[in-house]
Amino acid sequence: MRLRALAGWLRIEGRAAVVAVPLVWLGLFFLLPFVVLAKIAVSESVIARPPYLPIWDWAEGVLNISLNFGNFQFLTEDPLYLLAYLGSLKMAAVSTVIALLIGYPMAYVIARAPSNRRNILLMLVVLPFWTSFLLRVYAWIGILKGNGLLNGLLMATGIIHEPLVILQTDFAVYLGIVYSYLPFMILPLYSTLVKLDEALLEASADLGARPFVTFVTVTLPLSVPGIIAGALLVFIPAVGEFVIPALLGGPKTLMIGSVLWNEFFSNRDWPVASAVAIVMLVVLVLPIGLLQRTQSEKEENA
Amino acid sequence: MRKMIAAGLAALASAGMAGAEEPVLNIYNWSDYIAPDTIPGFEKETGIKVNYDVFDSNEVVEAKMLTGSTNYDIVVPSLEFMARQAQAGVFQPIDKAALANYGNLDPKLMAIAATNDEGNTYGVPYMMYTIGIGYNRDKVAERLGSDTIDSWSALFDPEQAAKLQGCGIALLDSPSEITAAALNYLGLDPTSEKTEDLEAAMALLAKVRPYVRYFHSSQYINDLANGDICLTVGYSGDILQARNRATEAGQGVRVAYAIPKEGAQVGFDMLAIPSDAPHPENALKFIDYFLRPEVAAAVSDHVFYANVNARATPLVAAEVREDPGIYPAPEVMDKLYTARPHKQRYDRALTRAWTTLKTGQ
Repeated sequence: MRLRALAGWLRIEGRAAVVAVPLVWLGLFFLLPFVVLAKIAVSESVIARPPYLPIWDWAEGVLNISLNFGNFQFLTEDPLYLLAYLGSLKMAAVSTVIALLIGYPMAYVIARAPSNRRNILLMLVVLPFWTSFLLRVYAWIGILKGNGLLNGLLMATGIIHEPLVILQTDFAVYLGIVYSYLPFMILPLYSTLVKLDEALLEASADLGARPFVTFVTVTLPLSVPGIIAGALLVFIPAVGEFVIPALLGGPKTLMIGSVLWNEFFSNRDWPVASAVAIVMLVVLVLPIGLLQRTQSEKEENA
Repeated sequence: MRKMIAAGLAALASAGMAGAEEPVLNIYNWSDYIAPDTIPGFEKETGIKVNYDVFDSNEVVEAKMLTGSTNYDIVVPSLEFMARQAQAGVFQPIDKAALANYGNLDPKLMAIAATNDEGNTYGVPYMMYTIGIGYNRDKVAERLGSDTIDSWSALFDPEQAAKLQGCGIALLDSPSEITAAALNYLGLDPTSEKTEDLEAAMALLAKVRPYVRYFHSSQYINDLANGDICLTVGYSGDILQARNRATEAGQGVRVAYAIPKEGAQVGFDMLAIPSDAPHPENALKFIDYFLRPEVAAAVSDHVFYANVNARATPLVAAEVREDPGIYPAPEVMDKLYTARPHKQRYDRALTRAWTTLKTGQ
């Protein structure tokens, strides 16, 4: 009897422990930095160390709290910030769609491959991760630049006579983002597609559906969870991306990452930089939270 | 293990000795900015172990210094950055009495540095640089008819810039340096913070903006050396390093550096000691070591920047000392101007105008 009670207690404790790990992780690495950021965002910038005023001070037994929401108001006064947010969202959305169009067939082929070959194909998808992300972006500079591999090849074959300007354009940024994040699209797609029951496809064919109709009415709807997971994994980091546009992008590429960099480093205005970051987080978290809620409601209803 | 404990105890014992610092020095300097034997020579002579870290942007250093507790004993920000950080209480005054070789510094250049660091309180100049024009001789000759550039008009005259567009124009992604050059070209005060002056400079830049391929603060070194661009505004030493790389590569790319006749910005990178440096005495020892003529001369030979040590100049290799791009002639020196730390309001206006210039927004 006592043993059973102990087992039950252990089970509850065990569950709590399992839940606690991600909670502690989120608390330490998401919530705490967010609170620090929020604190700086409502402060005022000064020439000092650290370069912002404390939001509270304790003098002669009086606690003074001063919150400066002007930093958020400031973001609405200049259209630059809105344009940069929109620029980032557009860049991320287009990249996600391209990654989906390229990643879906790849994931499909891998999922349909004989099981002994699947692991090799999957490893090939993950293989680029063995090289540093930064080095791979630098490699694209070598490929795309005026005297680079691609232009050299095109000129040697006589297709073009003057080197094309590909580097420092939006096209190069799309290329860099899609290339870098493609594995994050393929892997979740693969894991939903590989679980797809082939009997469903056979049933569809037996009922007279052509392959395309089967794909649109059976395969595609069933892989929606994979599409959503992959799209989020590409879209979210792409919105805040700084390195790829900084290295491959041109001066016209306006993204929130570079605006943030300017606020923090060029203007030395940590409070405004923090406000930009918080708005970015809200812009990202709210729609994603809503999406997840509708998604889980759907699953519960199903 | 036992050895480690013994070593640890020894370290504790030496740290406990009255006033003596542990024999360690943490330096934070620009990348590619020292001679290969500078640090080993210092370590050998003093027995102090040097931890040498590098950075490639003033802004990054500033962010670190303003956060505090960096553990660095010497950092090397540019003068106008150091001036602002000193206002924030980041640095301690240099104890000149502890520097036996302080008198080697060129008083004329020290007076220029003092415009931003009153009484040369917080910093000792490490190297001096100018911000001028680097170009590809042959490509410029093809398009402008002369293989020598001596004026900012190669960039700021839209007609000439348009001719150079095809072979590639790059600008430092540094609004204050480029704006100062534009103001100087217009005959205005390059340190002006007036709104109408900023507008005039931006109007000038906007006219040549369509011909600029990119804005970046280090990419141009490789691109100039490889022939990917043919004109850039950049730091003297960087462009001269590009020139040397191009020569070494032997692909027939000839790079040159010009301090335009209208004048250019001169800057200093300063050895400074953070106020919370753990080893300030070792830092002073290193600064004094660097102030020896032969040590400073060896660094200049290696990095192609002029030092500010009057007694070092004769020891600098002739090809460096006689290069007017590194050691400007006295009449050119008179045309050079220094940057000043900006007020925060102006920085914001400048960054905003720069974003407009770059993105059109």
